[in-house]
Amino acid sequence: MTMSLGPYASFIVMSYAAAAIVVAILIGWIVLDYRNQTRRLRDLERSGITRRSGRSAMDTPRTIT
Amino acid sequence: MTLIDLANPTRFLALTARVLPWLAAATVILLTVGLYQSAYAPDDYQQGATVKIMFIHVPNAWLSMFVWGVMSIASLGTLVWRHPLADVAAKAAAPIGAAFTFLALLTGSLWGRPMWGTYWEWDARLTSVLILFLMYLGLMALWRAVDDPSRAARAAAVLTLVGAINLPIIKFSVDWWNTLHQPASVMRMGGSTLDKSFLIPLLVMAVAFTLLFVTLHLAAMRNEILRRRVRSLQMMQASRVAFSSDVGGGSNASKEVGAA
Repeated sequence: MTMSLGPYASFIVMSYAAAAIVVAILIGWIVLDYRNQTRRLRDLERSGITRRSGRSAMDTPRTIT
Repeated sequence: MTLIDLANPTRFLALTARVLPWLAAATVILLTVGLYQSAYAPDDYQQGATVKIMFIHVPNAWLSMFVWGVMSIASLGTLVWRHPLADVAAKAAAPIGAAFTFLALLTGSLWGRPMWGTYWEWDARLTSVLILFLMYLGLMALWRAVDDPSRAARAAAVLTLVGAINLPIIKFSVDWWNTLHQPASVMRMGGSTLDKSFLIPLLVMAVAFTLLFVTLHLAAMRNEILRRRVRSLQMMQASRVAFSSDVGGGSNASKEVGAA
């Protein structure tokens, strides 16, 4: 089975390309933001600033109860 | 696990670390299936191949309203139940909702040009969705304008709940006014009017995009929690610096008094 997009192929391709670009930007922004926040937390902890609980700011409990 | 258990950000981070890989994998699989089905769906007897635009336009249009609905529930969580993660959820959802709304407007416009003969028409459905998009941008601006997240949260929650009035207007605009936009064809009394060859890819894509939203939202919430931890550690650092400079300044002053 072959796919034919007809006379309005450019509109269809543009729609899918725009969706792909916007979703890629969203994913990229979230991944970069995560890296940025974890790097800043590590830098702060390295300089001796810790949470009042004494735990690392990136700590997560091993079990969820 | 209850909603109250998730009030602890550390537990929430543990949950996201476990769930995110599975959600991302499910999203990729469902999107692949949906895109394949969309690509090989038959042409519509009126729209021709442009019906394929509907497979991304409709899920994005649904999500534009769904995300505002999620933000409205989160806003109730902020104002009524004071759930610690409610404003985190609302803030993290706004840019994602704005992106989906932008895509709904853009893909609708790209479908409208060949089908209606125009990219844009100031009819009730299109205008109310444009207002929704502007409200998303306004909300994001509000969050950025106030430094303290807890202060911004209350104002943003009120604005979100007021903005929720727009959701039924968007949904029923095609019934209440005479618009160029076609009436509901999937979620309507009496069942869908779509043929299965269009309905199945559309529903698969809708579920795939919803999973994409859930995945991105959880990841963005995790980032927001980390951002707030960075902020509180920076404030602790600043207060230590201020305290040590105060102590240093105080000792200099006493020396000066002593010298005098």
